[in-house]
Amino acid sequence: MSVAITLATTRRILTQLKHDKRTVVMMLVVPSLLMVLLRYMFNSELAFSRVAPALLGVFPFLIMFLVTSITTLRERTTATLERLMTMPLGKLDLLFGYAIAFGALALLQVALATGISVAWLGLEIAGSLTLLLVIAMLDALLGVALGLLVSAFARTEFQAVQFMPVVVLPQALLCGLFLPREEMGWVLEWLSNILPLSYAVEALNKVTATTDVDGTLLRDLVIVAGSALLALVIGAATLRRRTP
Amino acid sequence: MDNYSAVVVEGLRVDRGGHQVLHDLTFGIPTGSITGLLGPSGCGKTTLMRAVVGVQIVAGGAVTVLGKPAGHPSLRNKIGYATQNPATYADLTVRESLRYFAAVLGAPRTDVDRVITEVGLGDHADKLVGRLSGGQRSRASLGVALLGDPKLVVLDEPTVGLDPVLREELWTLFDNLAKRGVTLLVSSHVMDEAARCERLLLMREGRILADETPEELRSQTGQYDLERAFLRLIADSEVPA
Repeated sequence: MSVAITLATTRRILTQLKHDKRTVVMMLVVPSLLMVLLRYMFNSELAFSRVAPALLGVFPFLIMFLVTSITTLRERTTATLERLMTMPLGKLDLLFGYAIAFGALALLQVALATGISVAWLGLEIAGSLTLLLVIAMLDALLGVALGLLVSAFARTEFQAVQFMPVVVLPQALLCGLFLPREEMGWVLEWLSNILPLSYAVEALNKVTATTDVDGTLLRDLVIVAGSALLALVIGAATLRRRTP
Repeated sequence: MDNYSAVVVEGLRVDRGGHQVLHDLTFGIPTGSITGLLGPSGCGKTTLMRAVVGVQIVAGGAVTVLGKPAGHPSLRNKIGYATQNPATYADLTVRESLRYFAAVLGAPRTDVDRVITEVGLGDHADKLVGRLSGGQRSRASLGVALLGDPKLVVLDEPTVGLDPVLREELWTLFDNLAKRGVTLLVSSHVMDEAARCERLLLMREGRILADETPEELRSQTGQYDLERAFLRLIADSEVPA
């Protein structure tokens, strides 16, 4: 691992994004627009406030998963990865480089969506705003890490996109956004217990509802961060210096 | 291990998709030389080059590069490698892309401008790689292999799609690198480039047909034209002795 190479990689990815302004604008603005849409769909601040916290976690998770799985797949298929693997770049340098670049973007994305939700859409956050941003950012990093991981199992960008419904949708359906998790059948509740997004959503709901930082909240944070780190490390194992 | 060889290949075998594509190759590449790797497309040139830079899974034999087994971590900033398909980021400019690879290699930032001049992309340095022509893109990719201070430069078909003037300029650049003691392994399927090499490795169907200087090849086959000499060699190898 080298900090200099990791940061050079982050800078390279941000420079690539700088040349693709349309993607950046969509990444930053779309979640906020969806929050506005949701608010007026419910036509009630109360109903909106009930689902909004969970969505502040689901949106960055979903978008970062998509963006990362496609960009890293591109790196694998255009031989730039093979070239980097002949150079003094550690696998984690590359993965953390991606995680930092997309994590920074996710922070802006969530900050914007939260700001608009709180300022104009009537979302009330009882707990700490910083903590809310931290959780949402961990969600984004979880998306980045899982995106990196599945890019190893896709040969084409078309296949990579197909992983979205496989990896993201079950987590979004079972995370407690649509139905409280304890009201699900025991199989689904158990399934929801092993999916990291459930803990992220629980943490987000907690931070919006109360001011106290209890053991459950800390446990949730550790689980989400741990899952992201685990996916990153498994992702690193799928990068091979030697290929057939 | 002899000190005159930058690369020593002994009994190298590579399998791909259940077939053996390199059969028991053995040869050495002298330090500070330009060695041309020639042969029809599909004969195993790229696989051999990948084995030398250490990204190919090999089935048997040994590849030693600068005294270390190929792929050894200490070789990672001593080898410049350019793949046949340009391996650069299409959504970066030539300069930005070189700057990133220079940072990864720990090469000085001044290298970026030096390399841009060497590959003749001065007028296109701030254009996106994806907007360049095929030949320009392949030079942008070649430039990455020249960053830092490589001791061995492995180039897979670096002159494909280049006009004669540019090709000449690149071969002059390769000559200058060799004079500084850099070892070059350059693949090509254009026989007129073979004459620019000090040594030739002629490959066919995963085997080495000849490992000699252009002069030796000419006198051995009695053909001045290297293309004809190569054909002669193939004909001879197919006639049972």
